[in-house]
Amino acid sequence: MYVAVKGGEAAIANAHRLLAETRRGDTTVPELSVAQIREQMALLVDRVMTEGSLHDPDLAALALKQARGDLIEAVFLVRAYRTTLPRFGASEPVETGAMSLRRRISATYKDLPGGQVLGPTFDYTHRLIDFALAAEGEAPAAEEAEPLADAAHAPRVTDLLGQDGLIEPSAPDDGTPPGDLTREPLDFPADRALRLQALARGDEGFVLALGYSTQRGYGRTHPFVGEIRVGTVAVEFVPEELGFAVPLGEVALTECQMVNQFHGSAEVPPQFTRGYGLAFGQSERKAMAMALVDRALRAEELGEPVGAPAQDQEFVLAHCDALQATGFVEHLKLPHYVDFQAELELVRRLRAEHAARRSRVEADTSETERKEAAE
Amino acid sequence: MPDPRPDASGPDAPDLAARRAVMGLCGEARPEELRRALTQVGAGEEPEDLRPPETGLVMTRGRIGGDGRPFNLGEATVTRAAVRLSGGETGFAYHLGRDRAKARLAATLDALWQRPALRREIEAALLPVAARRAAEREAEVRRIAATRVNFFTMARGED
Repeated sequence: MYVAVKGGEAAIANAHRLLAETRRGDTTVPELSVAQIREQMALLVDRVMTEGSLHDPDLAALALKQARGDLIEAVFLVRAYRTTLPRFGASEPVETGAMSLRRRISATYKDLPGGQVLGPTFDYTHRLIDFALAAEGEAPAAEEAEPLADAAHAPRVTDLLGQDGLIEPSAPDDGTPPGDLTREPLDFPADRALRLQALARGDEGFVLALGYSTQRGYGRTHPFVGEIRVGTVAVEFVPEELGFAVPLGEVALTECQMVNQFHGSAEVPPQFTRGYGLAFGQSERKAMAMALVDRALRAEELGEPVGAPAQDQEFVLAHCDALQATGFVEHLKLPHYVDFQAELELVRRLRAEHAARRSRVEADTSETERKEAAE
Repeated sequence: MPDPRPDASGPDAPDLAARRAVMGLCGEARPEELRRALTQVGAGEEPEDLRPPETGLVMTRGRIGGDGRPFNLGEATVTRAAVRLSGGETGFAYHLGRDRAKARLAATLDALWQRPALRREIEAALLPVAARRAAEREAEVRRIAATRVNFFTMARGED
C-alpha cells in the first residue's frame, strides 16, 4: 500500500524544471507549435481524442506536446482537463449515414451504391521509408476528379443487407438515455451501449490484441468488414433554454460495420450478425478492433459458448482503459516504504524460524545417526 | 439570471430553419469573419452578457450499429455565449471548441438577426463564409473523388 510521504520539495521542483528543459530538447532545433502537431501528427491527435474521450484537436495536440509525445500521459492530461469543465448535456445521436465521406471501403461488396473511395490511406503503400520526407519540401498536390453522380448518396452496407433481412436489425431506439460510465461506475453485466462507450475510450493496443485473439480462435466470430467509413458528421445539441437543435459544428469520425457469422433459431431464419466500432478522427484500426470485440462480447446474448478472454466482459471492460491500467501499474513506483518495512520484517522472521527449524532437524538427524551407528 | 427562453411568439418553423442556418454559418466562420460581418451590419451596439462566454462539455452520442439505440462516444469541448440587446432580443451561440470571443460574436449576430430589419443584412454579410466553406467542400469532394476505386475480382486458377 502507498503511504503519504513528506519532503523532497526542492528535488521535485528541480525535476520538473529539468523536465521542461528536456521537453524542449536541443534549442538549435526549431520548437514544435501546437498547430504543427495538430496538422502533421493528426492520427496521434485523433488517438488522444478517442482514448482521452474528448473531442478537441488543439487540446489533444497541446497535451501531446506537454507529454513529450507519450500517448497515455497525453490521454491523462486530457481526461484531467475534462473534469474541470461543466457538462452542458448530450448531443443528438450523430447520423453516420449522412457522413461527408473522406474514405469508404467494403470488403464484402466491390460495387456499392455511392462507390468505394480510398481517401488518404496507408493501404497499398509499400511501407518503405521515404527519405524524401527528411528533406523539407512541398508535398505534391492531390489529384482532383469530377465526382460521379451517385457519390452523394452512400447508404450503409448494413442497410443494404438489412433490406433483404440477411442481417440482424439494430435494436430500435426506445428513447431511454444510454448509461454513462463517466457518471456511474461500471457495473456488470454492462449493456451494449456501456460496453461500446468503454471500448471507444479503451486502449487501442489492448482492444487490438483482443480483436486479434478472436481471429486466432479464442472466441471466433468469422468477421467481414462490411464497411469502414471515415469523414465528418454534423453534431447537434438541444440547449434547454432554446428548445431546438443548434448545430455545434462538425466532428471527424471513423465507423466500422463488421458483418459476422450467422445466427438463427427455430423462430428466426439464419442471418448475419453485427459488430460495431466508432472513434473520433481517422482511427481505422481502433474502429475495426472495437467492432471485433463488440461482437465477441455479444456471445452470451447470441447463445454462443463463452470462454475466451474477448467474450468475458468483466475481463475486457475492467482492463481496457489505459489510464486506469497505467495508474495502477505506475503507482508501484510511489513510496511503499512502510509496507515494504513490514514485508522485510516478516521475511527476516520467517528466515530466522526457517534457520531454527533446520538446525533442529539437523540436530535430530545427527542424533538418530549416532543412535543407529551405536546399534 | 432572467429567463433567457425566447418568448412564446418565438420563431416559427421557416424562421427557425433560417436562424439555425445562420447559427451554423457562425459556427463554421473564423472569428475575423464574424467581426467583419458585425462591422458590415454596423449595429454599433454593445450587447449585455446574459451569460458570460463559458467553455464546457457536450457528450457526443452515436448509435449502436449506426442506426440503433444511442450510446456515449465521448465528450467534446463546446463554448457557449448568451447576450441581450437593448431591445430585449436575446442571442445564443454554442460552438465546438474553446473560442469564447468567437462565441460572443456569434451570439451577438444571433441577437441582431432577430430584428427583422437586420435579417437580410446579416445573412448577406455571412455569404462570404458560406462561399468559402462551399469552395472548401467542393475541393475536398474532388480530391476524394480522384481516389474512387473499382476493384476487379481475379479468377482463381482452379484446374
